[in-house]
Amino acid sequence: MAGSLTRGGGPGRRAGLVLAVLSLALLAAASLAVGVADLTGAGILAGSRIPRTLALVLAGAGMAVAGVIMQLVAQNRFAEPSTAGTAESATFGMLLVTLLAPGAPVAVKMLAATAAALAGTALFLRVLRAMPLRARLTVPLVGIMLGGVVEAASTFVATRTDMLQFLAIWRSGDFSTVLSGRYELLWLSAALTVLAYGMADRITIAGLGRDASVNLGLDYRRVVAGAVAIVATITAVTIATVGTIPFLGLVVPNLVALVAGDNLRRSLPLVAAAGAGLLLLCDVLGRLVRYPYEIPVGTTMGVVGSGLFLVLLLRRTDRHA
Amino acid sequence: MREALARVRPGPGLVLVLLSLAASLVVVAYMTVGADGRWGFVLPFRGTKVASMLLIGCAVATATVLFQTASDNRILTPAIMGFDELFRLIQTAIVFCAGTGTLGDPRLRFLAETGAMVLFALLLYRGLLDRAGRSLHLLLLVGVVCGVLFRSLSQFLQRMIDPTQFVVLQTGFFANFNTVRPDLLALAALGVLAAGFGVLRLLGRLDVLLLGRDGAVALGVDHRRTLALVLVLVSVLVSVSTALVGPVTFLGLLVANLAYRVMPTYRHAYVLPAAALIAAIALVGGQFVLERVFALNAALSIVIEFLGGLTLLVLLAKRAR
Repeated sequence: MAGSLTRGGGPGRRAGLVLAVLSLALLAAASLAVGVADLTGAGILAGSRIPRTLALVLAGAGMAVAGVIMQLVAQNRFAEPSTAGTAESATFGMLLVTLLAPGAPVAVKMLAATAAALAGTALFLRVLRAMPLRARLTVPLVGIMLGGVVEAASTFVATRTDMLQFLAIWRSGDFSTVLSGRYELLWLSAALTVLAYGMADRITIAGLGRDASVNLGLDYRRVVAGAVAIVATITAVTIATVGTIPFLGLVVPNLVALVAGDNLRRSLPLVAAAGAGLLLLCDVLGRLVRYPYEIPVGTTMGVVGSGLFLVLLLRRTDRHA
Repeated sequence: MREALARVRPGPGLVLVLLSLAASLVVVAYMTVGADGRWGFVLPFRGTKVASMLLIGCAVATATVLFQTASDNRILTPAIMGFDELFRLIQTAIVFCAGTGTLGDPRLRFLAETGAMVLFALLLYRGLLDRAGRSLHLLLLVGVVCGVLFRSLSQFLQRMIDPTQFVVLQTGFFANFNTVRPDLLALAALGVLAAGFGVLRLLGRLDVLLLGRDGAVALGVDHRRTLALVLVLVSVLVSVSTALVGPVTFLGLLVANLAYRVMPTYRHAYVLPAAALIAAIALVGGQFVLERVFALNAALSIVIEFLGGLTLLVLLAKRAR
């Protein structure tokens, strides 16, 4: 890690970036080409295929970046929005605002979801601080359990108010309904990704821990608050437009860390490209496997993501054992 | 400390008597309150519900205590380790591969599913418990992620299944404490009875297992064999409860830990019936309170999920200390 802070990421990172961007372009082309309707049909490309591909790229890059930031802030390799209570809290916020103000514009709903996501993530970090012994695996466990408790609460509210269907839509990522005019909010997540890139050095230092950051003259609390706000907003935007995408933010940064190290400024472009690529791949697969029907990307990503997570978990232990 | 407590606390036999009294009281209350004299309808209708709740409580409690003894901890439960979701996946996979033609009878299908469950649970979990047995947190996390993987895989397969066959699956999938399956009740009772017989024969060895793996081996218990036997029993019990109501993740965790609390002894001859009775009280009593007092339906599993998640967080925090 120290090496990658001072020098480049080495040829591995550069080759990885080139590879990621190339495969991203290929996958995007595939995503444009695959579908039931004939491409020559009026407005198919501009109205449906291009928006869907763009939404996939933006959401994939955003969630992967949110994951890598969360991992630095929680100082844990297995933290990401769906293992930190962030995603479940955002869904809870969406549910509440939809109940209280059904006619509110999307921007307002998204703000409420962001606020809930922030509160949930803050609670998660607070609970972590309260745990005197922070074992490597306790962090994702606590996050998943916290998420489960919040999820049970929203299921309870939803069954009482006939909102289960909405809940199912937010909980499972699906891009089949993305059309021109329905995904543009995701550009906000792109803007936040750029903002994160601007903060990259400070977030990297914050990832060294409170004491080290304060020693280096960093306003630790402010940087962490900013980073968490970015994560919460990206998560809320993604859930509000396309639904939850599980484990993407966990798997991609861990794979990228194998070639690029932990310096956020150097690894962030690769993380974003790989996240977009993996999500595109899962979506195109979901469109092809039972053509002409579709399998939502939330399901495909659930299989691929949890499978890769298991591999990461068991591989690491073998090495430590 | 424990000896001092034992002197003021009632003996294990008395606790069992008290729990049985409470359980019968709850059952009688559930059967009779609010019947308005329509006994011909109410008694059989509620009777099947109570019978299945008692069966489920017994199965889940026994499975959890057995699993906790064999894996030498009080946090892991079969449900948290993904057993329920594995059973769901097997249910789906069998319909996906064999169709519904040959396995039209639900009872025949249940037998096939239970057989496959025993086989796969042994294959998957024995190696895992053996290999990662030393690190509780790793096991816990691997189990939780396995659950997500199995659930995503079943969703994936469900999307691929012929709609007419999916209807057959659906009847079993949307079961909850209110819509029980009378067609499976007798078979489920038989399964619990058989497992109970197996537990009786294992009782002595189970008590020895509490000394930990090394202590048990030193006293002449074949640890690998006993673990395998326990996994077989647990798989049968989980099959019964999941086929009847679907996954109930945290019920076992709640009742097992309550049973350890109220029982002044660790002997399985007392702890197992206590856990089963507490489960019966929690299920029938909870259903009674929700149905008759709050007029809520189908919410019990959500309440259990909520409380159970909190319990697990507390247990984790305590352990960290």
